Amino acid sequence: MLEVKNLTVSIGDRKILDGLNLTVKDGEVAAIMGPNGTGKSTLSYVIAGKPDYTVESGEVLLDGENILEMGADERAAKGVFLAFQYPVEIPGVATMTFLKAALNAQRRQRGEDEMTTPAFAKKVREAAELLGIKNEILKRPLNVGFSGGEKKRMDILQMALLEPAMAILDETDSGLDIDAIRIVAEGVNKLRTGKRSFLLITHYQRLLNYIVPDTVHVMAQGKIVRTGGKELALELEKNGYRDFVTATAAE
Amino acid sequence: MVARIVSTRTDAEVSLADTFGSAKATLPGNAVVKEMRETAFGAFAAHGLPHRRIEAWHYTDLRSMMREALPLAPLPDVRALEAVRVELAAAILPAGPRLLIVDGTYVPTLSDALPEGATVRSLADVLAEGRADLIDKLAAAKFAVGDSIVALNAALMQDGVVIEVAPGAVIAEPIHIVYATAAQTPVARFFRSLVVVGAGAKILVTESSLGAGGRVGQTFGALIFDVADRAEVGHTCMMTKTEPGSLRLDTFIAELGADVTFSSFALVHGEGLMRRQLFLRCVGDNTKAALNGVSLLKGRDHADTTLDVEHIGLGCEGRETFRYILDDSATGVFQGRIRVAPGAQKTDGKMMSRALLLSDDVVMNNKPELEIFADDVACGHGATCGGLNEDQLFYMQARGISRAEAESLLLEAFASELADNIGHEGLTAAFRAEVADWLAARTVKG
Ligand SMILES: Nc1ncnc2c1ncn2[C@@H]1O[C@H](COP(=O)(O)OP(=O)(O)O)[C@@H](O)[C@H]1O
Ligand SMILES: [Mg+2]
Repeated sequence: MLEVKNLTVSIGDRKILDGLNLTVKDGEVAAIMGPNGTGKSTLSYVIAGKPDYTVESGEVLLDGENILEMGADERAAKGVFLAFQYPVEIPGVATMTFLKAALNAQRRQRGEDEMTTPAFAKKVREAAELLGIKNEILKRPLNVGFSGGEKKRMDILQMALLEPAMAILDETDSGLDIDAIRIVAEGVNKLRTGKRSFLLITHYQRLLNYIVPDTVHVMAQGKIVRTGGKELALELEKNGYRDFVTATAAE
Repeated sequence: MVARIVSTRTDAEVSLADTFGSAKATLPGNAVVKEMRETAFGAFAAHGLPHRRIEAWHYTDLRSMMREALPLAPLPDVRALEAVRVELAAAILPAGPRLLIVDGTYVPTLSDALPEGATVRSLADVLAEGRADLIDKLAAAKFAVGDSIVALNAALMQDGVVIEVAPGAVIAEPIHIVYATAAQTPVARFFRSLVVVGAGAKILVTESSLGAGGRVGQTFGALIFDVADRAEVGHTCMMTKTEPGSLRLDTFIAELGADVTFSSFALVHGEGLMRRQLFLRCVGDNTKAALNGVSLLKGRDHADTTLDVEHIGLGCEGRETFRYILDDSATGVFQGRIRVAPGAQKTDGKMMSRALLLSDDVVMNNKPELEIFADDVACGHGATCGGLNEDQLFYMQARGISRAEAESLLLEAFASELADNIGHEGLTAAFRAEVADWLAARTVKG
């Protein structure tokens, strides 16, 4: 379970998150929708442990434990996963090498044995096939020269391999065509098992046709301004964010 | 008026003059060579050790950095050679014949014969015999004009190897020039080697060092390639295993004919003061030359790579790509000059240096230069300096990879990206192993 309590975050002297509260229960798929520039990516980075931000106040609890003091790698080993809005290119590091380093690093942190190369290669190939990722891509440096869609799928592949407890998907649908959205959604839906929770950050309602959320939160100006069921997404699609933006601005 | 004569020579310069004075009678060479040595030492003495006001040495002020000149290395004795033999037997080198140079002296008894199509002789024999064409190539008068360190090497060269590759010969395995040290006290070594490659021949020459066993020394080396038309030549140099407090100055010279493919790759990660100066002349038309290098520096290491690439032939391609990783308080120097002679049309030259700076106390000096006297050319250069990319580090950490491992992966990637240019599997593996060792030592320390 993820609990974000009264989280206020700034960059430099600019406040981006402003007393944000959010709970994602075990097994829950929650969606956050909101206009551009409202702090959605900031929230996902702060949960994942990006160091550029100043947490002014508040807590982020994973299964009751405050993770804000932990390094990003430690949080990942505890089950936090972020599919980046803009996955990063890593020249010179082969995708396979990277995936293996990530998986084994997490296993070591959890005190588990490292995975052998053949077992690992098999696991990657199977997961890649489900996501329509070509074998040839796995030999290339990570994300270098990948299309936007390939990068997003590569992040979902990593999620499938790392089997996180709390997966945050930041605008994974942006830049994907409808077929790619369907493939990615299938990948996510397959992982909707047991206690695994998801936080889907999206700008459009479209993705939520394929990954049906349990809850939908509306975010505006650094905080959650409304929470509802999946029907809230349809309402937003129809009316846009205008009501929320002006409502909070007037406060 | 009484003129006051003030000696401005440094201690090192004074002892170098003494060394030359007492050694010149016994240094190898016929009368012509002895004359050449005198002239060369005269040129050195006129300028002294290079210093910061000499442009090519601006960032490596040898006059102030070289406090003393060590005595000339003696001929290695039987016991010393036995120690080197043991060391050599334990060394891991890719397959291929080895030519051992111990404290500047070629040792045939520790060396292998070369395969058919190639011959090797000691520099001392060649200098004594005095074959005019070889002496000419060894003198390399068109190169490094006015460089007093090259002159000093010409004056004091003790020995080295002269390799001749017959036209059309294809030597499959790399020829390894292996440097070893034997003296029990700090000494200076001066060697010069020549590789003459016949038309259409194909060879790969490597330079590497055996562990010096904790002895400080000064090494002045020169390696000259004379490459005829259509030859295919590869070269690698592992400037490793120098000791803290030591000095290693290498001069690399290559003259290339037409339609030559030439590629050189160097790894610099010894300790102390290191400089590689490379002089390349593309004389024939349509030749392709690539110079690559990776320098991994830490502590107070100082490594300088200075290039002088001259395009004379038509339609030649030059690629110079160098990378540096600097940690602690290391200093890196990259100077690259591309000269395009009048008439060298269609020259395609690109020079690039990139440095990763891992500490606030490192210094990287970059000085690229283009001197173009032809109008129809495409030449460019670039230099970048920066730290590791924080977004890449965070991305990796967000996947569970520790900061230290993420740094190592990125550093390894940065250093190894040029490895494809080595063009030999065994040598590439040896290079990667050196990089991995350097990174492992860094992680342990961190
Ligand atoms: N590194 C940064 N430095 C300064 N401002 C930033 C930085 N990152 C984001 N911001 C600002 O913070 C606000 C929220 O950005 P972001 O979290 O990316 O929003 P969203 O993902 O909802 O579009 C924006 O106004 C953006 O310009
Ligand atoms: Mg965003």
